[in-house]
Amino acid sequence: MDLTPRRFADTVVLHPAGRINHTGSDELKAALEPFLASCSAGQDQVVLDLSSLEYISSAGLRVLMLAKKQARAQGGTLVVAGLASVVKEIFEISKFTMVFEVFPGVREALARISPAALAALEAG
Amino acid sequence: MLVRFWGTRGSLPVALTTPDIQKKLVAALVQAAGRRLDTPDQARAFLERELDFPVSHTFGGNSSCVELETGGSEYVLCDLGSGARAFGNHVLATRGPSGHRFHVFMSHAHWDHIMGFPFFMPAYLPGNHVSIYGCHTMLEEAFHRQNAAPSFPVDFSRMASRIEFVRLDPGRDYEIAGLRVRAKLQRHSGDSYGYRFEQDGKVVVYSTDSEHKLDDPAVTQGFVDFFAAADLVIFDAMYALADAISVKEDWGHSSNVVGVELCQMARAKHLCMFHHEPIFDDEQIFAVLQETQRLEEITRAGHPVRISAAWDGMEIVV
Repeated sequence: MDLTPRRFADTVVLHPAGRINHTGSDELKAALEPFLASCSAGQDQVVLDLSSLEYISSAGLRVLMLAKKQARAQGGTLVVAGLASVVKEIFEISKFTMVFEVFPGVREALARISPAALAALEAG
Repeated sequence: MLVRFWGTRGSLPVALTTPDIQKKLVAALVQAAGRRLDTPDQARAFLERELDFPVSHTFGGNSSCVELETGGSEYVLCDLGSGARAFGNHVLATRGPSGHRFHVFMSHAHWDHIMGFPFFMPAYLPGNHVSIYGCHTMLEEAFHRQNAAPSFPVDFSRMASRIEFVRLDPGRDYEIAGLRVRAKLQRHSGDSYGYRFEQDGKVVVYSTDSEHKLDDPAVTQGFVDFFAAADLVIFDAMYALADAISVKEDWGHSSNVVGVELCQMARAKHLCMFHHEPIFDDEQIFAVLQETQRLEEITRAGHPVRISAAWDGMEIVV
């Protein structure tokens, strides 16, 4: 699974796309691993840009939950941005909006977690 | 087949309080403002046609007990939670004190699933025959211990009906009371078992107190196969998914999201959410129902799944 990572200063924005069902959740987990490894205090922060995600299953949500737990344990920051349409409703119905800090878009997420990253984004 | 719910609450029975009842009355009275409701019939018609479910009904508070009416003379039950008391009294009131045959399939022996048996009056009356089926080896011990000092003033030995405990093997088909029955091991403290009932091409699955970890596709597929093409899946949807896989992980229960997904994958026709969280009031359970119906709608990939939430007294014909 290609997460098309983009780095802005101390923050990595990951962009999963398409559908993450039960079989795809393992691919998501594997793709996230290297980025989670460096999501820790003093290292990278991670923004999951879900704006191109069409669907996510409970298994996929579990992968996100475990990613959040790992980031927290490491003193890192992992947030979600760009929820839209079906995935936004799935997050709300599953109460995952209570688990993750959710931002309307990447810009808003960076503004909150890293001014340096926001500056890098705006610098193009 | 007709499925009748006598107890739909999880963990322990709950009861409506005066504030609960007054809240419903106030909502109904406000909605009735300006209406001419001079007779009971007028009031009932208004209640049935115009009031939302949480105002006109209650999901109830008895713990797990579900009846399968098969068309035969013998009674079939899943679990003996506090709802078994009302069921037993109904049997006596409608068909007399004796000559009854009961087949009870036990998911497990946690207190909320056995607590109705000391109050199950047919068990105390001679001429009745109760077969309690389950896959646990300690099922009989659990029932005896419950009906004994210091927990209960009437010892199990005082039950005058014929009572037998029948051990089932999970994964094996049995022909019982006109049904083909198969049990399946589920993830729960001390294990629990779901049951698949088949009769004349109709399938009802009773799957409560079952946690789905979502970490093993083979395990998931096992449940998809167990629910395959079911006309009705009665499913423990006690927690929100976020809770079920975090703070309430390993508590042995599941969520509405997983229920919808499993039924979609299994192409089951109807998901009935069950084992409701005891701290939820009727409005909260109804909100979960509406959210789950919306979830099914937005994630449907061709095969629709009807979504309902069980309430004490509900009947579903399959």
